[in-house]
Amino acid sequence: MTDYDLEEQYARLLRDYREGKGEAQLYGAQQLGKQLLARNVSPEELADLHGRALERLGPVPEFVRESFQILTEIMIEYGNAYRSIHSWRSRHQQLESEIAVASAMQQALLPQRLPSCPGVDVGLVSVPAKQMSGDYYDFVCHDSHRFSLAIADITGKGIPAAMCMSMLKYAIDGLGEMELGPADILRHLNNVVERNLDPSMFVTMVYGRYDAAVHRFCYATAGHEPGFLYRRAEDRFYDLEGRGAALGIAPGSTYEEREVALEPGDCLILLTDGVTERKVGRAYFQREELVSYLQGEVGAPAQEMANRLYRRLLLLSQFELPDDYTMIILRRT
Amino acid sequence: MTEPYSEQVNIATEADIVTARQIGRNMARQLGFGTIMQSRIATTISELARNIYLYADSGTIFIEQVERDSRVGLRITAADTGPGIADIRKAMEDGYSTSGGLGAGLPGVKRMMDDFFLESVPGKGTRVIVVKWRNEAGGGDPG
Repeated sequence: MTDYDLEEQYARLLRDYREGKGEAQLYGAQQLGKQLLARNVSPEELADLHGRALERLGPVPEFVRESFQILTEIMIEYGNAYRSIHSWRSRHQQLESEIAVASAMQQALLPQRLPSCPGVDVGLVSVPAKQMSGDYYDFVCHDSHRFSLAIADITGKGIPAAMCMSMLKYAIDGLGEMELGPADILRHLNNVVERNLDPSMFVTMVYGRYDAAVHRFCYATAGHEPGFLYRRAEDRFYDLEGRGAALGIAPGSTYEEREVALEPGDCLILLTDGVTERKVGRAYFQREELVSYLQGEVGAPAQEMANRLYRRLLLLSQFELPDDYTMIILRRT
Repeated sequence: MTEPYSEQVNIATEADIVTARQIGRNMARQLGFGTIMQSRIATTISELARNIYLYADSGTIFIEQVERDSRVGLRITAADTGPGIADIRKAMEDGYSTSGGLGAGLPGVKRMMDDFFLESVPGKGTRVIVVKWRNEAGGGDPG
């Protein structure tokens, strides 16, 4: 369609409307609007088009004609905004593709396999709320019966949290070779995070080591949401207590080590606050309610239990995941 | 075709901005630009002159007819001895300025014109040169 055709079509629409004033012409105008947008006709060009179409219909009072000059001048500013959308769009696409690459890199930092030690069954579900995750977890196998694990939640979400996560990963990798206990690991990590992270950010973490020869879990906590210990003999859940400041809050923080022994059928459930922080209808989900959900799934193998809990909790919050979600389950078989 | 000519306006007050716009619009009309392009040229002059008015002690708008490869166009040069633009890339980003501040409309000006040149030395001043070439239809689509 040429510019002339467009003008012709516009003039016809105006004429029909003047004669009929029908909804059909208004519908036609709406459809024409789509065509104009598809052809990148700018707001100022449209104002001009309207003026020219008016002239075709008959004599136009001088003042009306002149008034289009005012309209055109104003529309140029709208036109500038309209044209800038194109550059915003291409910048947006570029960012999206960069984030996709970063997201894949981040996935590569997470362990690809769960530890397998005799007598202990491990399950994991970790789902980011957005493309980039602020949750971190790691498993390191030391020998045939001992492995370490970390679960952490970085304040904030998205790209800043993901950048912090890669720092944690490198720091933990470096410390892993030194065979330190959980409290010492947290103490070192705290110094790394405190020195390198923006003061407004911090990291909560549980770091622990499981020894499948004696089925003891030795751990330390840095401001992290308490996990759960399930005692099968009593069929009861206990909070996995621990004290210590979050990483990055203050230099020189120290951490205390605790140890629990697992009997057959006992479970450890470690989680990030994305598991507990969800809205159910208009109310917030309570930790006690989570216990009742855990209770319902506790007999299953660890991975199955983790999967089922994720699905049930997601259903509960109407498939909305406002925060990164990570749950690790250790179950002594 | 009229003889090539040029005009210069010193920018010190908002009235000078209006004068520069008027001269630019008249020259554009004489060169055969369509009404929308006349308005876009006036808007371009406005934006460049406003940056001088708001941020520099003194500056000028120079408008001239140019010819190259049998094409005719209008060239606008805005030069000032103001503080300069510290981060040119930032000033050229869409959305850098929200309320007509520094770099106001520079990305918009770049899109409305065909050629765009900008140099700025912090502490010394800024020079922006733009050209709009007249096409056969007398208008020209900014794309």
